[in-house]
Amino acid sequence: MRHHLILRVITKILVGPIILYGLYVQFHGDFSPGGGFQAGVIIAVAFTLYGIVFGLRAVYAVLPPWVVHRLMALGLLIYAGVGILNMLSGYEFLNYGAFAPNHPSHGQHLGILWVETGVGITVTGVMIAVFYAFAGRPPRMGDDDW
Amino acid sequence: MAGGTEAVAHQALEMTDHLPVLQVLIPFIAAPLAVFLGVRSLAWPIACAGAIASLVCSVVLMLATLDGSFISYHLGGWAPPYGIEYRVDAANAFVLLLISATAVVVMPFTKASVDAEIPKKDHTLFYACFMLCITGLLGVVVTGDAFNVFVFLEISSLSAYVLVSQGSHRDRRALTVAYDYLLMGTIGATFFVIGIGFLYMATGTLNMADIADRIAGQGDNRTIQAAFAFILVGMGLKVAIYPLHLWLPGAYNYAPSAVTVLLAATATKAAIYVVLRFTFSVFQPEFTFDTNVLYWIIIPFALLAMFAASLIAVFQTNFKRMLAYSSIAQIGYMLLGIGFFNLSGLTATMVHLFNHSITKAALFMAVGALVLRSGSTFYDRIRGMGKSMPLTSAVVVIGGLSLIGIPGTAGFVSKWMLVQAAFELGWWWMALLIVASSLLAVIYVWRVLEVLYLGDTAEGAQHKEAPMMMAGPMWVAALACIWFGFDTSLTLEASRVAANGLLSGNAGMAPVPTTAAGGGH
Amino acid sequence: MTTGDNELMIEFLLGHINYWLFVVLMMTGLYIVIVRGNYVKKIVGLNIFQTAVFMFYISIGKITGGTAPIFPTDSQGRIRPDPDIVYSNPLPHVLILTAIVVGIATTALGLALIVRIREEYNTIEEDDVLEIETKLAEQENRIHGFGPGGGA
Repeated sequence: MRHHLILRVITKILVGPIILYGLYVQFHGDFSPGGGFQAGVIIAVAFTLYGIVFGLRAVYAVLPPWVVHRLMALGLLIYAGVGILNMLSGYEFLNYGAFAPNHPSHGQHLGILWVETGVGITVTGVMIAVFYAFAGRPPRMGDDDW
Repeated sequence: MAGGTEAVAHQALEMTDHLPVLQVLIPFIAAPLAVFLGVRSLAWPIACAGAIASLVCSVVLMLATLDGSFISYHLGGWAPPYGIEYRVDAANAFVLLLISATAVVVMPFTKASVDAEIPKKDHTLFYACFMLCITGLLGVVVTGDAFNVFVFLEISSLSAYVLVSQGSHRDRRALTVAYDYLLMGTIGATFFVIGIGFLYMATGTLNMADIADRIAGQGDNRTIQAAFAFILVGMGLKVAIYPLHLWLPGAYNYAPSAVTVLLAATATKAAIYVVLRFTFSVFQPEFTFDTNVLYWIIIPFALLAMFAASLIAVFQTNFKRMLAYSSIAQIGYMLLGIGFFNLSGLTATMVHLFNHSITKAALFMAVGALVLRSGSTFYDRIRGMGKSMPLTSAVVVIGGLSLIGIPGTAGFVSKWMLVQAAFELGWWWMALLIVASSLLAVIYVWRVLEVLYLGDTAEGAQHKEAPMMMAGPMWVAALACIWFGFDTSLTLEASRVAANGLLSGNAGMAPVPTTAAGGGH
Repeated sequence: MTTGDNELMIEFLLGHINYWLFVVLMMTGLYIVIVRGNYVKKIVGLNIFQTAVFMFYISIGKITGGTAPIFPTDSQGRIRPDPDIVYSNPLPHVLILTAIVVGIATTALGLALIVRIREEYNTIEEDDVLEIETKLAEQENRIHGFGPGGGA
């Protein structure tokens, strides 16, 4: 890809806004369509694009596979952790009312925010891991064999 | 919509109130925790701790539901039928106990066999998958929400496909059987979802108790019949009812030993529980009875499984494959109990669920030990191992006897119940068929014992007893086979309460409490 | 057939159009899974099969004249449910969101298995794989004695 100047420049310009848009979808999911699933995929797209254009080694430098594995697990732990916090304060698992006993709808907002953060992190991790898993296999044929 | 006023009146829950969700949550957390810490030596202890904690939960739940009552847990504080409800009665508590106890017993064995069969770098992810599989199975059993069953079913199935494919380090055919398992499992799960969709069309609810309530008033409704057909076929694929069993022999044969033990002892059992739950609690027993599904579909296929699969097992030359076919045959007995549609029959199904599970766990662990020492499960490679591996071979003897149903073993108790159920219906010929198919079991078990004890010693095998990590769990399962053959108070009583609850159908599901707790907008 | 019967028939066909499409799509998918020998195409068939179910769920959530189930709010941002508005049922959509995620996981896993199968067998055609496995089974049968149901 050394010679694809346009692709490289465009990618460099795009990666930032894609991640920013992912974050927007993540945090605006409270009021409009969106949320962790969509945001996670969008953020993963940024890394996938970077990996496709600049090669796996470049994207490994940003986000090594061991970090991606940790991300997958971290999101799940955040999600489960929210539920456990609720349980510890005497509410049901994932009953966000526990965050603000006197004003359950505020608690709902806070709970959803955290759960969606967890979902977003996990989905990002999983999608990047899927990309790494497929792209990281040793190639069977060279670029010229097609 | 429900606002702050209700939340003020919220009653604080004790930790023991959370048991139904903790049951699933603890193994669920163990999986990402192992990956997050990323320390290979910690993965197994974490998985172990998760399994043990989940066993504690299920024991408490079993004791609490033995009197025929049920525990309802509202996830997120959303009251059923709108929210997801976890509902534990004797029937699921019994299966929960079975799954989590198997998980705990298998754990030390898993350590030994994984060390031998899986490359080191995959250990952490392997244990994470293992725990996710257990989570899925427990979730399928504990939930009272029809769609939730599908979600947990797929959690357990997806991790099971991965686990089966890990056998590729020993034999590449594990990959293609995992692929076949994935195709059939997904088709099964999708059929199940279609069935749930029809149910939702007909009733407008997903809560099992609520569905049962609403079906009751609908009479002969073709949508509901279609739903039942889809659910039965879909779960039939997961249960491996005889003509839908094609994924099972390959998957059991080529999977790593520990995975085979887990799948054989729990996965099909959880699926059978779902069949039971839907047949008897969600659809009314009268409904399924009226449509003659039980007599004309389940019983013929059960008989087919008992004879055809046993016959194939007789001619096998591979111990592990033989046991896989024997599993299909034993599933036939469980279906037969469902088909009888009386208390003894259902009790027999529940007891056999448990007894067959411990029997197969013992046998497959013995297979794992034989693989470790001889490198293969073919009869000519394990010939004469009875002399060099007396402990392991003795487990094969006990497990084999239990498989046949010799008095004094767990297998006898369930077969006796089954024969009794047949006599209650006046079907003496059915009792004869049950005995006849047990004779086939005598043949295939005898072939193994002959190979193990009477053959001259095979060459190229290590002649050494299995390590303690394997022999220990194996013997726990084998002793359980004998224990539950003599002391039937726990298994029979729990099964009878469970069967009673299932047979009372709608009444067993009890009306949905209407008081909402918590909520929001 | 009288005109009345014809009209009933047309109503029956058109009124259930979503179910007909669902059946056609589902059978197409299932057919591909069973008949095609290429592992990747089988996965594609499985996806079509699952998509049919998604469509089935979403179409039963539709209520004639129903709009998106979002309650209107007043100027203070408080929810003001309007009894005159008919809403579509959002629950099937939510369920299908979950089912789609499950479907993606299944697809990813299936493709991953195919990559591994290709590495081990050097082919992704079922016929070729079966040929290799039959040979393996025959070899085993020769060494260890015949066992039925061998092969894949």
